[in-house]
Amino acid sequence: MELWYTEEHTPDVRFSIRVDKHIYSEQTKFQRIDFFDSKEFGRFLTLDGLMMVTEKDEFIYHDMIAHVPMATNPDIENILVIGAGDGGTVREITRYNTVKKVDMVEIDEQVVVTCRRFLPQTASSFDDPRVSLYFEDGLKFVRSKNDEYDLIIVDSTDPIGPGEGLFTREFYGNCYKALKKNGILVNQHESPYYYDNAENMKRTHKRIRELFPICRVYQAHIPTYPSGHWLFGFASKTFDPLSFDAARWNSLGLKTKYYNTDIHIGSFCLPTYVTEMLQNA
Amino acid sequence: MKPASRQDRAPLMEALLRYKANRIVPFDVPGHKQGRGNPELTEFLGKKCLELDVNSMKPLDNLCHPVSVIREAEELAAQAFGAAYSYFIVGGTTAAVQAMIMSVIQPGDKIIMPRNVHISAINALILSGASPVYVNPGVNRKLGIPLGMAVSELKDAISKNPDARAVFVNNPTYYGICPDLSAIVEAAHEKGIPVLVDEAHGTHFYFGENLPKSAMACGADMASVSMHKTGGSLTQSSLLLAAGSMNPGHIRQTINLTQTTSGSYLLMSSLDVSRRNLALRGKEIFARVLELSEYARHEINKIGGFYAFSKELCDGGAVFDFDRTKLSVYTRDIGLAGIEVYDILRDDYGIQIEFGDIANILAVISVGDTELAIERLVSAMSEIKRLYSRDKSGMLDTEYIRPRVELLPKHAFYGGKEPVNLETCAGRICAEFVMSYPPGIPILAPGELITREIVDYIKYAREKGCFLTGTQDITVNTILTVKDR
Repeated sequence: MELWYTEEHTPDVRFSIRVDKHIYSEQTKFQRIDFFDSKEFGRFLTLDGLMMVTEKDEFIYHDMIAHVPMATNPDIENILVIGAGDGGTVREITRYNTVKKVDMVEIDEQVVVTCRRFLPQTASSFDDPRVSLYFEDGLKFVRSKNDEYDLIIVDSTDPIGPGEGLFTREFYGNCYKALKKNGILVNQHESPYYYDNAENMKRTHKRIRELFPICRVYQAHIPTYPSGHWLFGFASKTFDPLSFDAARWNSLGLKTKYYNTDIHIGSFCLPTYVTEMLQNA
Repeated sequence: MKPASRQDRAPLMEALLRYKANRIVPFDVPGHKQGRGNPELTEFLGKKCLELDVNSMKPLDNLCHPVSVIREAEELAAQAFGAAYSYFIVGGTTAAVQAMIMSVIQPGDKIIMPRNVHISAINALILSGASPVYVNPGVNRKLGIPLGMAVSELKDAISKNPDARAVFVNNPTYYGICPDLSAIVEAAHEKGIPVLVDEAHGTHFYFGENLPKSAMACGADMASVSMHKTGGSLTQSSLLLAAGSMNPGHIRQTINLTQTTSGSYLLMSSLDVSRRNLALRGKEIFARVLELSEYARHEINKIGGFYAFSKELCDGGAVFDFDRTKLSVYTRDIGLAGIEVYDILRDDYGIQIEFGDIANILAVISVGDTELAIERLVSAMSEIKRLYSRDKSGMLDTEYIRPRVELLPKHAFYGGKEPVNLETCAGRICAEFVMSYPPGIPILAPGELITREIVDYIKYAREKGCFLTGTQDITVNTILTVKDR
């Protein structure tokens, strides 16, 4: 029997993984949740049929979304994480003893419930006493916050479906307001390669640039995302991620699989076509 | 129960599906022949849509003289809306309002109406040669909006004009304000005057709970209902409703004076399907809409600086009731005109709302909205306050400007006229319309005296970015006025 999971990366490009077992499926109020087991990528989660995390490559995404801002400002204490229902981002930031409070806002409680059950590899730190879970619209949550966080991480789905509000100007503006005077905003920034992803990337960059004085983009190689070339946005009120104290981060002794202080710098060196796209956004 | 009384049926839609299933070979118009003759249009609008764009024929009835499926669909609509008769209208609610007025008014007849009626009603005055008797609708001075007309004002107008042939009234106004329609009907009927109601923004009153009373429920004689606004049908489709007091054949003939003989089956079937949906599910749909709009109002008021108004405006007079599905927000306390907030929402946040005037914005909340979309609107409003708030002094106060009707609208419109510079036209009689659209309520109508106050208002509205329409001069630098008064 041939059983394959296929995601259309564009109407003309498909990405497939041979599936050993389809282990769970649920239609929630917001989206369809599926878990599969595969030989190549281990267990993986999809939302509305789109790849979210696999056991094999999730470390790349989670290392890069968490450690780049944490290394830039090691004094970060209060963090807001939006989306991230699989738990991987929270797992990484709770490794820092200096972090005092993590608020995580996920719109769909069932993502957390099912990831606890089927993806313990990422959903391992929800019970950390510093972590508070809120199940509501991130846009609504952040609207009521003022001068409260050192770091906001937006670990969202694509801007079609329940994640749409997390790519809007009003959302980034409300994040600005919710951040303290040294605040940093890091977000899942789509990809430069295929047309639709690139359009989202440009729009996102343009909106953030209008609000934050420092606004950069960094990249990582994520095999299961469209084109494998994925970007993150780094916006801040004061901190420049390129002037950071590498020795201080290395002295923490955190063991990582993708992130290191060299790749921290290197990830901000973008291909020419990407730089041009961002400049012209 | 006779078949026509079953609201779960949609006779026109069913007839179109039968027509399609029969695979009729068309040697009639439209020439695109079920889309085959125009592949680009078919690709753009969809095959199913073009296949149903057909012409009147025996199995599909005829809008001008309905005897079968259209008639049945109209009877079901009449039943659903609590009317004796209903008419499918494909020329927008403008056509419904005009047919309604022209079916009771003859040249020179007086019609009593508040001045804040839609342009379509005043256009009907030109077409019919009626003489308007304007009633002060009342104004909320803080919000700068015209209200719903107090019964006492109407009674006064009736006693001064006992020869009036009709009373025309909004239920609700664009902003959601309702007059005491039952009392208005009672006062007019006492003198034998029929009551015509513009319910362009009131479709949901017929189906929802805890909403203002509908025209038919209040005993009005006719009502124009924009099914496409809050009822879910396609743009330009509308309903004209009439009570048993009216002559149904005469109304049909009046409609046919100006309505197309090629009524669109897409528009008509959208009325049929939407009526069925509202009849079967309207109660739940509008309960949900009410919940969304109440939530949005609450959250916007929490931001501070904005005032999303509601039932607290009700005073038993010119504001008898308020339609809480409307989300009207007063914006001037943050130093921004409504039209400025309207423009910022669209240009910076990608949010299109219904309209902005000098002091307020209006967002239409409907069954198509989601909590996530409402959240975007609220968040964007919060950002606008944070980023754009400014000193509110120097903003123009609005007052009701009592129009001085010097000539019959028809005579002013058709008589000799000449353009005069906006700066110097005060004191002349206007020969055209000036309005900002939306809301489409004329600032000036043909036959009215132009005053300095009105000129200042027009200039201020233009400066703030209101879209001024109605004039021959696209730039509104000159106004057409009546020659040789």
